[in-house]
Amino acid sequence: MSMYKERLYRSEAIVLRRANFGEADRLLTLLSRDQGKIRVLAKGARKPASRKAGHIELFMRSKMLFARGRNLDLVTQVELVEAYRPLREDLVRLAYASHTVELMDRFTVEGDPQPDLFQLLADNLHWLSETSDLLLAARYYEVRLLSLVGFEPRLFQCVRCGRLLEADEPLFSSELGGVLCPVCNPADRWAQPISQNALKLLRYLQTRPVGAVRALQVHRSLHAELENIMMRYLQHHLEQRLQSADFLRRLRREALDALRNGQGSALTDQGVH
Amino acid sequence: MTTGAFPEPVTSLIEAFSGLPGIGPKTASRLTYFLLRAPDEQAQGLATALIELKSRTTFCEACYNITEWQPCPICRDGHRDRETICVVENPLDVLAVEKTGVYHGVYHVLHGAISPIEGIGPDNLKIGPLLERVRLNPVKEIIVATNPTLEGEATAMYLQKQLAGLTRVSRLARGLPVGGDLEYVDEITLVRALEGRSEM
Repeated sequence: MSMYKERLYRSEAIVLRRANFGEADRLLTLLSRDQGKIRVLAKGARKPASRKAGHIELFMRSKMLFARGRNLDLVTQVELVEAYRPLREDLVRLAYASHTVELMDRFTVEGDPQPDLFQLLADNLHWLSETSDLLLAARYYEVRLLSLVGFEPRLFQCVRCGRLLEADEPLFSSELGGVLCPVCNPADRWAQPISQNALKLLRYLQTRPVGAVRALQVHRSLHAELENIMMRYLQHHLEQRLQSADFLRRLRREALDALRNGQGSALTDQGVH
Repeated sequence: MTTGAFPEPVTSLIEAFSGLPGIGPKTASRLTYFLLRAPDEQAQGLATALIELKSRTTFCEACYNITEWQPCPICRDGHRDRETICVVENPLDVLAVEKTGVYHGVYHVLHGAISPIEGIGPDNLKIGPLLERVRLNPVKEIIVATNPTLEGEATAMYLQKQLAGLTRVSRLARGLPVGGDLEYVDEITLVRALEGRSEM
């Protein structure tokens, strides 16, 4: 009798990806609070009068009721919890939210419930909806995500010899997963220099509560260094290009071009509005 | 499938059908079996239609809609307003707008929408040709009629940025679907419907 599974189950979930399926259905990849990452079918979601369509767009957080199916489970009822509207109304925010969701999808496997991951994702989408420092929100998310999925970079001790790092100039190794002390530097010839400030900020992101992180004012040049380090680290461990990050870089380049031609303003991912 | 159970022409057609959207191995087998028993003319007709689909159609050089002629009938129609361009994601959207009978401008088909997650960027779409088109022949208005999905919105916002200063850019309104139920309408649609309400 213990094998008996309820036919219906419910969970809050956020839409990570969706694809068209059949005539009018959508196949959703969700991060649910209680079931982890799941793939489910939303029947009729592409019909104009669908009762679900408006609640299962990308990035939306909804309470859902699911019915077990033979192959795929079905979404039977949806109630929107948060739509994160600003993420849909600003191209730069949208690109950051895409990055957030893309990382979650790539770093998780199906059916491994981790409510902390759900909370991190929901909090980050909310943060991205209202902050003027999108870079800080993105970096905090990346660092915490890496810890939760088992790719936490070692930032306090040398990743090779375990020596506590103090005032010396360390290198950061994506390959070995953390900082290298001056003695161990040769262990990874691709390791890159990391400034004391960048290291301090990374440690802060890794260990301090979100409230303290949100209060930080980070200089643009420090953001640039951190972004560079994190992108290399993420791509090294995913062994794939990050699509949304590519798109963000393009937006940035175009905004810069427009600025040079005297039209438009700089990209608004940090403090400028 | 067990090799040798069916002759090669049968399995290869099944495989070809399986590659179509929404068709799984079962449906593919059923279609193949149906054609096997169908009159010769029917199978021939389908084969000819398939060949002509690719050999006799091309994309219009101006609007990138599917056409048999260059430019397409809509672009060459002298009665249409060439200073208004309706931008859509795919050719089926042109059909949908045409069916309303109230639009008399021309079109531009993007063949997709921007999706940062899926790695579909502006370069994968016919956005460059649109910008070129507008720069060469200034227009009064661009109506962005991409889908009200996240990708459609992303595309619309991107176009708005690129076209700013070149021409007037408008976006299709969003509101309540006919025959819908207010109770089930999502929050975003309802907000937009309230914002876009009209005097009675």
